[in-house]
Amino acid sequence: MLECLWLIPALPFAGFLVLSLAGRRLSHRAIALVGAGSIGLSAAVAGMVALGFIAAPPRGHAFTQTLWIWLDTAQFRPAVAFYLDPLSLVMILVVTFVGFLIHLYSTEFMIREEGYSRFFAYMNLFIGFMLTLVLADNFLLLYMGWEGVGLCSYLLIGFWYEEPQNGYAARKAFIVTRFGDTAMAVGLFLIFTHLGTLQIQDTMLRARELWPAGSTLPTVAALLLLGGAVGKSAQLPLQTWLPDAMAGPSPVSALIHAATMVTAGVYLIARNHVLFSLAPAVLTLVAVVGAVTLLLAGFSALTQHDIKRVLAYSTISQIGYMFLALGVGAWSAAIFHFMIHAFFKALLFLGAGAIILALDYEHNMFKMGGLRRQLPVTFWTFLIASGALSAVPLVTAGFYSKDLIIWQAYASTRGGMWLWAAGIAGALLTSMYTFRMVILTFFGPPGMEVSRRPGWRMTLPMAVLAVLSLTAGFLDVPRSLGGIPVLSNFLKRALPAAISAGVRVGREGLFEAISGTVSLVGILLIYLFIRRIPRFTEKLVHSGAGAFLHRLWFAGWGFDLLYDRIVVHPYVWLARINRNDVIDRFYRWIAWINRLASCGLSRTQTGRIRSYALGITLGAVIILGLVVFL
Amino acid sequence: MILIWLIMVPTAGGLLAWLLGRRHAGWPKWVALVTLVIDLSLGAGLAAQCFGEMGITLGGPWLVRIQLSWIPELGISFFLAADGLSLVLVLLTGFLGIIAVASSWIEIKERTGFFYFNLLWVLAGITGVFLALDLFLFYFFWEMMLIPMYFIIVIWGHENQVYAATKFFLFTQISGLLMLVSILGLYFIHAHNTGVYTFNYLQLLSTHLRPTTAMWLMLGFLIAFVVKLPAVPFHSWLPDAHTEAPTAGSVILAGLLLKTGAYGLLRFVVPLFPSAAFVFAPVAMVLGVVAILYGALLAFAQTDLKRLVAYTSVSHMGFVLLGVFAWNRLALQGVVMQIICHGISTGALFFLVGALQERLHTRDLNRMGGLWSAMPRMGGSAMVFALASLGLPGLGNFVGEFLVLLGTYRANIPMAVLASLGLIGSTVYSLWIMQRTFHGPMKEDWKPVDLSIRETAVMGAMIAMIVWLGIFPQPVFTFVRPSLEKLEQITDLADSIRRIDRLETAVFLSTTGAPAGFQREDHP
Amino acid sequence: MTSTPLAQVLMLAGLLFSLGLVGVLVRRNIMFMLLSIEIMLNAAGLAFVAAGSRWGSPDGQVMFLFIITMAAAEVSVGLALVIQLYHRLKTLDTDAARTLRG
Repeated sequence: MLECLWLIPALPFAGFLVLSLAGRRLSHRAIALVGAGSIGLSAAVAGMVALGFIAAPPRGHAFTQTLWIWLDTAQFRPAVAFYLDPLSLVMILVVTFVGFLIHLYSTEFMIREEGYSRFFAYMNLFIGFMLTLVLADNFLLLYMGWEGVGLCSYLLIGFWYEEPQNGYAARKAFIVTRFGDTAMAVGLFLIFTHLGTLQIQDTMLRARELWPAGSTLPTVAALLLLGGAVGKSAQLPLQTWLPDAMAGPSPVSALIHAATMVTAGVYLIARNHVLFSLAPAVLTLVAVVGAVTLLLAGFSALTQHDIKRVLAYSTISQIGYMFLALGVGAWSAAIFHFMIHAFFKALLFLGAGAIILALDYEHNMFKMGGLRRQLPVTFWTFLIASGALSAVPLVTAGFYSKDLIIWQAYASTRGGMWLWAAGIAGALLTSMYTFRMVILTFFGPPGMEVSRRPGWRMTLPMAVLAVLSLTAGFLDVPRSLGGIPVLSNFLKRALPAAISAGVRVGREGLFEAISGTVSLVGILLIYLFIRRIPRFTEKLVHSGAGAFLHRLWFAGWGFDLLYDRIVVHPYVWLARINRNDVIDRFYRWIAWINRLASCGLSRTQTGRIRSYALGITLGAVIILGLVVFL
Repeated sequence: MILIWLIMVPTAGGLLAWLLGRRHAGWPKWVALVTLVIDLSLGAGLAAQCFGEMGITLGGPWLVRIQLSWIPELGISFFLAADGLSLVLVLLTGFLGIIAVASSWIEIKERTGFFYFNLLWVLAGITGVFLALDLFLFYFFWEMMLIPMYFIIVIWGHENQVYAATKFFLFTQISGLLMLVSILGLYFIHAHNTGVYTFNYLQLLSTHLRPTTAMWLMLGFLIAFVVKLPAVPFHSWLPDAHTEAPTAGSVILAGLLLKTGAYGLLRFVVPLFPSAAFVFAPVAMVLGVVAILYGALLAFAQTDLKRLVAYTSVSHMGFVLLGVFAWNRLALQGVVMQIICHGISTGALFFLVGALQERLHTRDLNRMGGLWSAMPRMGGSAMVFALASLGLPGLGNFVGEFLVLLGTYRANIPMAVLASLGLIGSTVYSLWIMQRTFHGPMKEDWKPVDLSIRETAVMGAMIAMIVWLGIFPQPVFTFVRPSLEKLEQITDLADSIRRIDRLETAVFLSTTGAPAGFQREDHP
Repeated sequence: MTSTPLAQVLMLAGLLFSLGLVGVLVRRNIMFMLLSIEIMLNAAGLAFVAAGSRWGSPDGQVMFLFIITMAAAEVSVGLALVIQLYHRLKTLDTDAARTLRG
């Protein structure tokens, strides 16, 4: 059963090939079948592989399947090989299953678009690369998946290529992540040079042997890998590309910029936990980056008009939670939150897509309103997902995953008060911006007329995801509430358990209660601000300090402006003034001197006999003189 | 014998094309195509045969050789030999030659006979350069590549052709003359040492030289190859020559002529003057990094599409210069891969630019845009090669660039980091190309036609090649490895001196018993 | 007969030569240029004869015969060229023949 592992990435790649070569000649039905079907098959195979893995775990809880040796030169032998362990298993299940649901949704969402086959070709290619990334046995193959998902992200953000802004957003995404990717590449060079291999498990073993904890080499290596992770996962300081990436179609945002690609950084750090554990300074940095990002993004989300931008900042914020978890050593908590987040965030984006489609591509929430009667299914699923995002206690899955992280931020040996406080503040912000979105969109007087209602192909995936957003949390119920951490146990083989600083179960219960209360308080607060005291809120927003903060948060804390000034403008300016290549001037100058000399010398050819005679005479005199006197 | 055929077939074909061109303008292109197909098949057959016999290498890496005496009084012989490296490059020559002929199928309308004559003689010259082991013969073929190329640019080029062709000619000729001085210097010193006057490469390899002399002679050779490569600051000829040349000219210039410079570095500069090259290596690495970054910056700034692609060649060949002087096995393999893949990807890009120019009659990026909907096949092909240019894994260029950087990291960390920044620069210009030509709104009312069958076939073949090289590059590495043996011996010595300085290596040696760098990795 | 000192004759020859040279360089009329060239030739011949007389060898006189013959040939060709020049340019001014300039 496990031998079918290679099919999981191969099927989407096959789908891509079929659609890119023959796509234009196929009917919409056929395209949808191939596009969504390949992912569906892949998900089915993944399910079977999972069953096989759980029922009869291989030796060491890890299975490697080598397809061929990619390169073999000078002791560098990366193979195209897949590695299956509990961590990658969870990842592929989420990627294929959520991917399939989103593909199904897209078959209806994109139906009126020209480029239907192109869309599914790119989406399939993306899933193929994402699965390669997650299943990669060595860093080189992982890097290939890494760059591949970046490519597909670029292609899909810029899907509606006729608008130059979309192209700009797509390029911004690719280039900003490229900065991170380059750092990661240098990290790979370092790892190979000092450890002699790029095979991930081998590097972990050797790093543990050779590198003492806290020394320079693992710290630099981990830092460089963190650079890559930060780029792909849109964390500080490379988070600027994600809000603009919302220029792509909503299914793209759901799949790539919520559920899968942006979590690649989380996966990278989790996969290399040994290396990061050898560099405690970097782990602390990971936690701090996560904490700061989640707060910054939360504030920004509170001020946005565009419904998708709220969700984008929300994604940045939630991934900040995952980074926070990784940084404090709560590895499986991060993966748990990744899974739950994939469910509810994809659902939120799909819901937003349904709304946008229904309102003829209107994104501005302030123009919406009162949609709960007109789009009931969308409303209920959106509400459930929002609840999960806000970590509404006990009923939603988000409660279990996010609060596990917040708890670990306090309880773990690497955690502390500040990190916990950041987590709690972030939770408050999350509830506030989430329900601001819900209230503005679904409640209040109707803003626009609905022109299209979503069909079954859109509502079914949303419903499935809604159910998961409610129930998937029960996979890892904390002991304080009397549950069994199923997921953590499963992941224990691949990821070390979080080390708690010896706090009692009772304490945990108290903290859970605090988190739950905070999320509910957030919902209440925003309801008050918008519905009960709207004029006060208006005044607050327009007052001096309030307006400044509002503008600052709306512009993502000014990072875009900063990068524009420091990086983009100087580069473009430098390129422009040097367009004709200053070095060429040197050669043109040589040619010019030549021409000058030539002109000068040709003046001696006067055509006059007398001057020639003079020349001869002078020459003869000089030569004779030289001969006689030397 | 077959080596002589590899050179003679294009030469004869060229003459035939010229003669037939007087009768009918349509015949020369067919003659050229058939000639090159024959040439490529000969080369492929030879390569296949040698690949099969790889285990039985007699007398070093030379797979085929032929030596006839030519002017024995001066020590000049007609000595051709092929090893893995030269054979791979000869195959590349045949392949890109066919692409060049295909690209000028309808583009060249006047004096077709003379055009294909020049084209085939350039290819014959290039093949000769890759196969010659007698230095005099090498110089002969070096010049033979030059003059037909000049004619191609001057007669069938675009607006500024005379300027561009003259510049190209002067740069290459002057640097070639410096190389001639070095060749003669080597010749005379060898004669002075041993009493034997010879131009034979294999015999000259063991010439004993004083360090300063070696440095000067090496610089003479280096100048010629570095101008051809081209390395900053000798790259000025390239944008003009590439832009003004007709499509076939650009394909051959970028795909093959630049590679002769790289080949020269690998075959002559390093083996003939190892210690001088080692001393010079840091300077060369800096030049390589400068080329990578400066080329990327310049590429981004251009508004002429062809000029932009030309500057990307400068950037990519910077990796080659860096890799050769990084003194590292990995980097050398990366250099070979980069040479081959760059030839294919840049050749394809020039092919597409030529096709675009034929349809729109302009190369100005400010006027293009939104062409994807009208020409999806062309857009898709351009996308593939733009991605190859930026080094996407899964395509061949990534393998080359990654290996070069990996090897350079071993040698010199700051250089490797700076060169890696080139990856960002290449992303900027590659995506810029796509955005300006195929994405965005359509600026003028173009109604272009998508790729014809001939063009689609060419693109299909090149895409297949570049993807194949990206996923299964191993055959190339195995084939070329014996040729790099000598280079590797020289570089290993330097590398091991460097490694002993590293504490980690010493620790490693003590803990694992055997140095991990010197044993094969086994997967579980 | 008392022989004149060689130095004086050579000085005379030199003076004549310089006068002829200056004449060639300065005069614009081609007839006068030819005349000046004749003077230069005669000066050279004088030098030869003087030297021959000094060393008591007939070679000097022989050389002078050569010079006379050569001068005659040269003058005939030269005058033919002058006639052609006059036909084309309608003047004897050498500065008028300037079309072959750089």
